[in-house]
Amino acid sequence: MYDCVIIGGGPAGLSAAVSAFENGVRNILILERDKELGGILNQCIHNGFGIHEFNEELTGPEYAERFIELVKKNNIEFQLNTMVIDIHHHDVNKHVTAISREHGYQKIETRSIILAMGARERTRFMIHIPGTRPSGIMTAGTAQRYLNIEGYMVGKKVIILGSGDIGLIMARRLTLVGANVLGVLEIEPHSNGLTRNIVQCLNDYNIPLLLSHTIVRIHGDRRIEAVTIAKVDMHKVPIKATEEIIPCDTLLLSVGLIPENELSKKILIDMDVRTKGPIVNESMHTNVDGIFACGNVVHIHDLVDYVSMEASKAGKNVAKYLLKSTKEPLSIEVNNGTNVSYTVPQVIQKIYSDDLIDIMYRVTKVIKKASVNVIDQSNGTIIKKIPRINMAPGEMEKVRLKLNDLMQVERSIKIEVVERE
Amino acid sequence: MSEDIKEMICIVCPQGCKLQVRYNSKTNDYYISNHKCDRGPVYAKKELINPTRFLTATVKIEEGFHQRLPVKSSKEIPKGLITDVMQIIDKVTARAPIKLGEKVIENILDTGIDIVATRSMSMK
Repeated sequence: MYDCVIIGGGPAGLSAAVSAFENGVRNILILERDKELGGILNQCIHNGFGIHEFNEELTGPEYAERFIELVKKNNIEFQLNTMVIDIHHHDVNKHVTAISREHGYQKIETRSIILAMGARERTRFMIHIPGTRPSGIMTAGTAQRYLNIEGYMVGKKVIILGSGDIGLIMARRLTLVGANVLGVLEIEPHSNGLTRNIVQCLNDYNIPLLLSHTIVRIHGDRRIEAVTIAKVDMHKVPIKATEEIIPCDTLLLSVGLIPENELSKKILIDMDVRTKGPIVNESMHTNVDGIFACGNVVHIHDLVDYVSMEASKAGKNVAKYLLKSTKEPLSIEVNNGTNVSYTVPQVIQKIYSDDLIDIMYRVTKVIKKASVNVIDQSNGTIIKKIPRINMAPGEMEKVRLKLNDLMQVERSIKIEVVERE
Repeated sequence: MSEDIKEMICIVCPQGCKLQVRYNSKTNDYYISNHKCDRGPVYAKKELINPTRFLTATVKIEEGFHQRLPVKSSKEIPKGLITDVMQIIDKVTARAPIKLGEKVIENILDTGIDIVATRSMSMK
């Protein structure tokens, strides 16, 4: 029997495993479906990772290798090429059902579970682009894997839809290996990518960024031959008169990520419709006793460094959970206020919490000058008030509370972001 | 009096200050304004006089666990050399096993900069 089984060996799973180990948990097993640990980091060959976690700029593979080395040094057990298909959690001990070529069908008994399955990219069919269904249309991450790991060139005349960071990084990468990137289209009037990436991935190579533009039709029989693009109005509706046909042989989609929660839904963990991930408390504990979650499976993070920090918190709290140093739970709901799209955690239970509680959230729009207020909803008392400038939906925000701040709170608090003059 | 004014977005931090750059041909120097901190002018001058970038890419690898080995430049390289460097990287073949940090190309184009592996790779 294991003390902790971790589902997923990407950045979240690795960091959770190392942290659980460092906090005294010994019987840990990581289950990974790919043929190596590291997850998406292995194909993110660009640099910019690790500034918060290691105080230096690393590439994705370098960042992964640091954690993989720690896993190996501590002799933390892992199984590769292993797919988890089910979880049973109705007894005190849980069972994880997994399949692999090496071990066949396994029912693994464990005292706790950490869900660290990460996220998946949104596809063409989730954003409903009309037209034919030829080859040559893929997500930016798929193209990244083909190019950086498997050694296939994905195309010569490329259009990229979506200006998130993966799309921008791929625009540069494809240009460097000889493709002609015709343009990056963004339906919003602003890019969701970092300014740094706009400058160094697009401007450096004279790749046009077409804001308020989208693709209205895909053309081509066997292989994609062209796309019809159009400008959109303020309601994101394409303007007919602006339609233009652009010949291309490849279309990359960089239109967002969604947490991968087939497993969580199957076992009826309470889910948050805003984040599309499990509802967790400040210890990253889901509503099911002994099942924790961390990383992109909970909500989409901007930086892998933040994933590692959150996963490390989950690992540490699993150690506390296994010791059963449970205090009287105090359950406080955390709600959205004005201009806030979601919060993680969604509940604070103070079971094994530290004195400091970090609440992550995103704003719904760009706000130049703001006041971030934490409010006790039963009486309207302002628990905390912080002035902020330049907030944007693309950047995850954090407000730090002390456990003492919440002593008087009875039922719920809300986080609101109020615009200031 | 010949002054050339242009705008530049600072990328040092997410604030993205819109810097105003004035070039004075008499003093042969740049004058930067509209920055909110001291890092702005340092960034702008470097970007105007000698822009450099970290370069990351992949090289072909024989007998490796994967088909491609990720690599990077050991230091930032002059922006103008990136295309030439990529052409050399394109012709190189590494051989597994490889250790993280191992030199794949030494002193590329006499810049004193190496191209190094950014992961260890065992044989397949």
